[in-house]
Amino acid sequence: MYQIEVRDVYKSFKDVQAVRGISFVISPGEFVALLGPNGAGKTTMVEMMEGLKKPDSGEILLQSKNWQKNEKELRSIIGLSLQETRFSDKLTVFETLCLFASFFRLGEKRANEIIELTGLESKRKSMVGTLSGGQRQRLALGVALLNTPQILFLDEPTTGLDPHSRLDLWNILKELKDRGETTLILTTHYMEEAESLCDHIIIIDEGKTLTEGKLEELLDENSRNLDELFINLTGRALRENTNTDL
Amino acid sequence: MESIKNNQLYQLFKTQFLLTIREPEVLFWGMIFPVLISIGLGLAFTQQTESKFNIILVEKNPTELDSLLNIYGREAQSKGEKVQYWKVSDKTLGNTEFKFSHSDWNSAIVSLKRGEADLIVTDSLGKTSYHFDPHNSQAQLVYMKLSALIKSPASTMNIVNTDIEPLTLKGVRYIDFLIPGLIAFGLMSSIMWGISYTIIERRSQKLLRRMVATPMKKSNFLISLMFVRILMNVVESLILLFFAWLIFDIHIQGNIGALIVLFLAGNLAFTGIAILVACNTTKTEVGTGWINAVQMPMMLLSGIFFSYHNFPEWSIGTIKLLPLTALTDGIRSIFNEGAGWMEVIYPTFALSALGLICFVIGMKLFKWY
Repeated sequence: MYQIEVRDVYKSFKDVQAVRGISFVISPGEFVALLGPNGAGKTTMVEMMEGLKKPDSGEILLQSKNWQKNEKELRSIIGLSLQETRFSDKLTVFETLCLFASFFRLGEKRANEIIELTGLESKRKSMVGTLSGGQRQRLALGVALLNTPQILFLDEPTTGLDPHSRLDLWNILKELKDRGETTLILTTHYMEEAESLCDHIIIIDEGKTLTEGKLEELLDENSRNLDELFINLTGRALRENTNTDL
Repeated sequence: MESIKNNQLYQLFKTQFLLTIREPEVLFWGMIFPVLISIGLGLAFTQQTESKFNIILVEKNPTELDSLLNIYGREAQSKGEKVQYWKVSDKTLGNTEFKFSHSDWNSAIVSLKRGEADLIVTDSLGKTSYHFDPHNSQAQLVYMKLSALIKSPASTMNIVNTDIEPLTLKGVRYIDFLIPGLIAFGLMSSIMWGISYTIIERRSQKLLRRMVATPMKKSNFLISLMFVRILMNVVESLILLFFAWLIFDIHIQGNIGALIVLFLAGNLAFTGIAILVACNTTKTEVGTGWINAVQMPMMLLSGIFFSYHNFPEWSIGTIKLLPLTALTDGIRSIFNEGAGWMEVIYPTFALSALGLICFVIGMKLFKWY
């Protein structure tokens, strides 16, 4: 059974066709990078998989179940970190985690485990408003991991972070990968992030899949790394600009 | 205890409460400001103080007023200038003191424009002429008092008004009028900002989207917002009521049960309106505009600070339909007229129905993400 099945999905916003017939499948335990320049349709694709947007046509199944009939069940097995979410500044790290933990009927014990996992022990009683960018992203990841999700969606989790903070986040995700219990779908602008964390790559542009497969299968003499592969496919670098994606 | 802490409604209520009390502005605007405004306005309108009026004399020749000032006036120096005071005692209406100073016409006009003078007096062939804006009620009052004084100066030296019976009944003072209005206005303001703005802000921060991407029950989120807001409204109203009782001896003359039900109906009405206002907006700037658009007309028209019966007759019927007017009138009737269940049954049902209708429409249009 696949963890995620995306079949011929289309999605438009007014006069913009954000996703145009994308299909792929993801197996349990796979770490998948969804790559593409700004406006490629990555965020729209991820939000449809997260059940936050409805596709105009096509089918999206998580563990062979669709969102229309199984929302409650699917919400409890996924974890996610959205682009640009701001948690309440006037709550502490611990209070924020306890609040989100309660949505999964989990308690303070799990909140404390997450604080340890994300290395936020010294910030346990700090207000979210006082956290640095890296600490906020670790908190966002911690919230996404509260329910030990079977499927984890991370939408550009390291954008805007310094190299040290990015490395911190990668280490947490590598630990998760080693356990092999979670399937990850990650969108990113950083090729090295995809190379370092993911074993399956999907490159999309203008709402269509350009190529997909295991990293080693996609690379050849002309495309020795992901940057070169991306330039060869699209004629431009991945990080030409850093505006919010569609 | 562990199971309660794991309960999402408990956590939503707790965090919403913490977020509310951790905003110092909430404590000031919700609790301290209404008390300060009631003390300020209450003292200004209920304490009998000495009325002081400034009059500028622009005269070429002495008038009958000058003759009277020589008899009844008292000379003094004020800011290096010679001035004359004429004081009239009145045990019922309070003492009046006129201050007369001499100046040229242009300087007198400047003083009038600056509000330093209430009236200009000139001489016209030995007779006194008064110059003031006839639409200015303060100037009118000065004119009437001074002209009456000039006509019979001796009889008004120590006035004892035998034809005036001062009303000392509870519920007729300005503060009795003001406190119910402040309670109703505080309730509306607190709900509009506490619910509408909170929802819009969380939507704009994508926090609302993040929360509904979990198994959180959407109804629990709204219930916690409403419950915390109603709790805060109760606390704020009790604080205001306590100070009003302590300082001005305010009492609730009507049925307290009816007051509680009407208060809850008011909460329901404005919660429904707040949800409707916040149902679709994603920008806080737009949301602020909508909140003000709902609040401002009611704040001005619903008779919070002054009676809406001062507005034109044709508009009174419409003003009475406003939810804040219905709530204010209802609370006022319980406070000051001894109203009971039957007198407030109509506004209670009308407010509840309005709240429910707005809530249902708001939820139909509600954008969670």
